[in-house]
Amino acid sequence: MSQAPLIETRGLCVHYPLRGGLFGPKKVVRAVENVSVKITRGSFFGLVGESGSGKTTFGRALLRAAPVAGGEAVYDDGEARYDLRAIGGAELKDYRSRAQMIFQDPYAALSPRMTVRDIIAEPLEVMKLTKSRAETDERVREIAARCRLNLEHLRRFPHAFSGGQRQRISIARALVSRPRFIVADEAVAALDVSIQADVLNLLREIQRDMGLTFLFISHDLSVIAHTCDYVAVMYLGRLVETAPARTLFAAPRHPYTKALLSAIPSLDPDARGRAQKLEGEIPSPIDPPPGCKFHTRCPFAADACREREPALEDAGGDHHIACLRWRELADTPAAG
Amino acid sequence: MSRLLDVENLTVQFDTDEGRVTAVDDVSFSLDKGRVLGLVGESGSGKSVTAKSLMRLNAGNAVYGDKTAITLHLDDGPVDVMRLKSAKEMRIVRGGAISMIFQEPMASFAPALTVGGQMVEQLLIHNDMSRKRAREISIEMLDRVGIPDPVKRFNQYAFELSGGMRQRAMIAMALSTRPKLLIADEPTTALDVTIQAQVIDLMKDLVAEFHMAIIFITHDLGVIAQTADDIAVMYLGRLVETGPVRDVIRRPAHPYTRGLLAALPRLDDPGAALEPIPGDIPSPLERPGGCVFHTRCREIIGDVCRGEVPCFRLVEAGHLAACHLHEGECAS
Repeated sequence: MSQAPLIETRGLCVHYPLRGGLFGPKKVVRAVENVSVKITRGSFFGLVGESGSGKTTFGRALLRAAPVAGGEAVYDDGEARYDLRAIGGAELKDYRSRAQMIFQDPYAALSPRMTVRDIIAEPLEVMKLTKSRAETDERVREIAARCRLNLEHLRRFPHAFSGGQRQRISIARALVSRPRFIVADEAVAALDVSIQADVLNLLREIQRDMGLTFLFISHDLSVIAHTCDYVAVMYLGRLVETAPARTLFAAPRHPYTKALLSAIPSLDPDARGRAQKLEGEIPSPIDPPPGCKFHTRCPFAADACREREPALEDAGGDHHIACLRWRELADTPAAG
Repeated sequence: MSRLLDVENLTVQFDTDEGRVTAVDDVSFSLDKGRVLGLVGESGSGKSVTAKSLMRLNAGNAVYGDKTAITLHLDDGPVDVMRLKSAKEMRIVRGGAISMIFQEPMASFAPALTVGGQMVEQLLIHNDMSRKRAREISIEMLDRVGIPDPVKRFNQYAFELSGGMRQRAMIAMALSTRPKLLIADEPTTALDVTIQAQVIDLMKDLVAEFHMAIIFITHDLGVIAQTADDIAVMYLGRLVETGPVRDVIRRPAHPYTRGLLAALPRLDDPGAALEPIPGDIPSPLERPGGCVFHTRCREIIGDVCRGEVPCFRLVEAGHLAACHLHEGECAS
């Protein structure tokens, strides 16, 4: 794996203005605040967090589908290099063929009135990437086979397929323009476990064979642990911890990461922990708490945490932690 | 431990444009008072239809099998659920002795009524009490499930509550009539893990406090391992394995249960390959003959699986599996 980043962001912010009252200050939702990541070429980059953490918005910002308010985002696949904030016109069109998205709900993502062949071919036709119908058909068949769909499937309509098959159709459509970068937003969350494993294996296989880079967004840490090389944990729009997957799961440092891990129900019926769990819910991004955004739920919050917002600190080995107390807490067991 | 519920030979079919579809096929199980039964299966397995049958809540095109019998053993004597006719008679299983909570709490609150208004309404339907008393009980319940400032929440609408709070309010509403059986249909699936952990703890506390039985429906084996005493695994409308939760999770006897466990990403072994169950769940319109699982089974023996419906056989004490891999006499 080369170490050059495919996507690099520095201090990326996404803000949504709120329509406020007539008087008083205008409010904004800081959905993503000051996020800096390097997504290495050919990696499977996991982004995890609860609903409201900003993970989907971040993914959309990288696809130019969310209003970026500040910071930088650069895409560089070796052939093309784009500043994602300044990009437009022909460049943007080219970028759209290089960066694609897979959605969560395979029932909502496919038009019921198009055959599977037309669904998969649509990106090619819209972006005019092929010269003839024969070439389009060739590309569709090739990618369909890779996603384990057969010729007979191509003639049918989506309603005839199960959830797992539909998700394979969505994947085929995302791949048909031969992208380099895929944002997969909760791509397996709506699937049954037996099917989920199949789709995860398929994504890894495609990533390896086609040299793709994935931003894999999920709320499920065990899915992330199985698929990703590198993981970033988000909370209320901020990164709280980033590390190679192995490091993160073996030695989580941020109290939020620890709490997320301990909240996963264990398969061992005798491990029914009544241990300390996170209290409360994620605060509203309209009115975030001062200081560390996690202090309202953190069992280790001190006075400083309520006043000062921690920056991501380098802990060595590509492990970064945004917690004022992580060094002193390094030896405490998980918060759960 | 005394018996609360007996379900015998439950068969549910639906009349559709494409013909009669079997959703639940000859399912029998029982539940004792104060026990938690985890009903596990993937989408299309019939677990929700099974649960709704207990409250006779299936859609109008549902056809129940002739041999179906559901008996609820209450203090005043047994109730034959299949014999209930009028809406008034059915109140006993609809919010009276049985309550249900759902995956999507937003869908179980009427958007135009306040949370409190709905709680009071259902208390008045099932009990002879004053409006004032119903209001007191409702606020007490909201407080009990950990909702801060219950008086304020009582007067709010469901959309004003966060997801976790709504789920708590729904639990409060379901429990305020003091049901003997709570059916929880994927109650934590739409929640974040940290909130899921809170709701699971809350439900465990409430079971102990109210001495009710729970049927916990989920596709998440981890949630079952943390909550249930017993487990029943369903596939395509049939029960395939039942037993104490420890035994079934540690020594799964049916290839489908083994497949579910092998497909699960595990945090304790992130490097392990995930093994999907081959193929897709067949359409209910094309239910396979013989063992319903034979089209996807890795351990298929041969024609016996294709041609003969396996009976339940005892694998160890209290642990049954319906699979031809196991020999011996059929359990009754």
